[in-house]
Amino acid sequence: MNDVLDVALRLVVVFAVFMVLPLVVGQTEHKVMAHMQGRLGPMYAGGFHGWAQLVADGVKFAQKEDIVPADADRRIFQLAPAVALLPYLLVLVAIPIGPSESAVGQVIDAGIFFVLAVMGVGVLGSLMAGWASANKFSLLGGLRTAAQLLAYELPMLLTAASVAMAAGTVSLPGILNAFEWWWLPWQIVGAIVFFVAGLAELQRPPFDMPVADSEIIFGAYTEYTGLRFALFLLAEYAGIVVLCGLTTVLFLGGWHGPWGADGLGWVWTLLKTAILAFGVIWLRVTYPRLREDQLQKLAWTVLIPLALAQIALTGIVKVAIQ
Amino acid sequence: MPPIPGSGLAKGLAVTLRTMTKKTVTAQYPDAQPELPPRTRGVIGLFEENCTVCMLCARECPDWCIYIDSHKETVPAAVEGGRERSRNVLDRFAIDFSLCMYCGICIEVCPFDALFWSPEFEYAETDIHELTHERDKLREWMWTVPEPPALDPGAEEPKEVAAARKAAEKLAAAQEQAAQEQAAQRQAAEQTPAAPEQPARQEDEGPAE
Repeated sequence: MNDVLDVALRLVVVFAVFMVLPLVVGQTEHKVMAHMQGRLGPMYAGGFHGWAQLVADGVKFAQKEDIVPADADRRIFQLAPAVALLPYLLVLVAIPIGPSESAVGQVIDAGIFFVLAVMGVGVLGSLMAGWASANKFSLLGGLRTAAQLLAYELPMLLTAASVAMAAGTVSLPGILNAFEWWWLPWQIVGAIVFFVAGLAELQRPPFDMPVADSEIIFGAYTEYTGLRFALFLLAEYAGIVVLCGLTTVLFLGGWHGPWGADGLGWVWTLLKTAILAFGVIWLRVTYPRLREDQLQKLAWTVLIPLALAQIALTGIVKVAIQ
Repeated sequence: MPPIPGSGLAKGLAVTLRTMTKKTVTAQYPDAQPELPPRTRGVIGLFEENCTVCMLCARECPDWCIYIDSHKETVPAAVEGGRERSRNVLDRFAIDFSLCMYCGICIEVCPFDALFWSPEFEYAETDIHELTHERDKLREWMWTVPEPPALDPGAEEPKEVAAARKAAEKLAAAQEQAAQEQAAQRQAAEQTPAAPEQPARQEDEGPAE
């Protein structure tokens, strides 16, 4: 009985985090992007500096009619948003935010494998949406998503492998237990490659060609309205939370901090995640969208060689210190 | 020297970060009134006491949006045996702000300073006919007309002030000259008490020659 309660509680907490943090990131994006462009952003919803803007957006989306195009592959079309969103919820279960057993939804021995595999499934939602919409723009968006997934999954896996080599384990809490501060300069190239590749997988600007609205309307999401469209948007922001959390855990030492890490490790994790999320927003505001060929070129000629070099460096240092 | 690779990317990030720390430019209009420049052209106010129904404004208006009706009244003679005078009385003065293009020609052309710019701009209506402001409403706008803004430093002084100043200076100079002459006379009288009339007569006769 106690076990059931424990599992239920953990799931509720993870679900609450999953519902709240993406909204916080979304609201931060509204405000940060506005101020970076010399604007104020939402100011009315909720009274104080538009804090309830995303709640209002959610209510609006919920009120809209749920339309499925006549020629669409109905089942797949309706299923796609769930496929896009749920993997991030599953990943969140495995991310540890503190050193204790109770600070992680579920300790998984093959954490890195689980996390990267499940994150890859999220992109499948876009592919399904693109194919099932019976719309040429959706199809183009879906194919661009596929190309992007192929190109960027590889550097992501390689850099994650580098960390696993350094720690000698593939469990996420295990990696953090082995973490030393000098891993930061040692793995910095890997961290950057992982983060950039993650951004590309999330289709965040400047890597948002799959949804490039000036070229292909809104890519795979063109035909979606109402709640299903909102779920795709939520998936994007949940993806930001997951990517930043993973980068924190793998490369930035998670709950380790220069001081006060005892008992307050989760603050360090959240702080690092928040700073990375700010970076994601910052990059979106600053850079224009890359072209499709530039995107592929960046992955195959820059990120993958860098990731391989990082693995070589990790191997050399690992052998040298043994 | 070629630029460091990636310096352009860093520059872009710096620009957005710097903008974020600066004050935003958003005007929160309905919550905060805008700071309007002096001489803002919001609405036209009518100071009808100054209006003589000369019709210049209505005639000069490029889009004919000023409507003036008037009649003549006879004023009885002010003094016994004088002549009766006729006078224009304003019946209607209206400006149709749905036609007005805010050129300000009517205000420029008014010879009696009866029309003024007011900075008020919140008089939108749901019916276009409401935008024709009759004389009562135009008179009400007069209360919102601000003081004329101060002149720029080093600007030429206003014509009427210059004229008044010149007149005052002339008067002061004349008075001073008179006082000096009086003083000179008194001095001369004190120095030659024996013959006080001689120079005075000469002076009197001077212009006659």
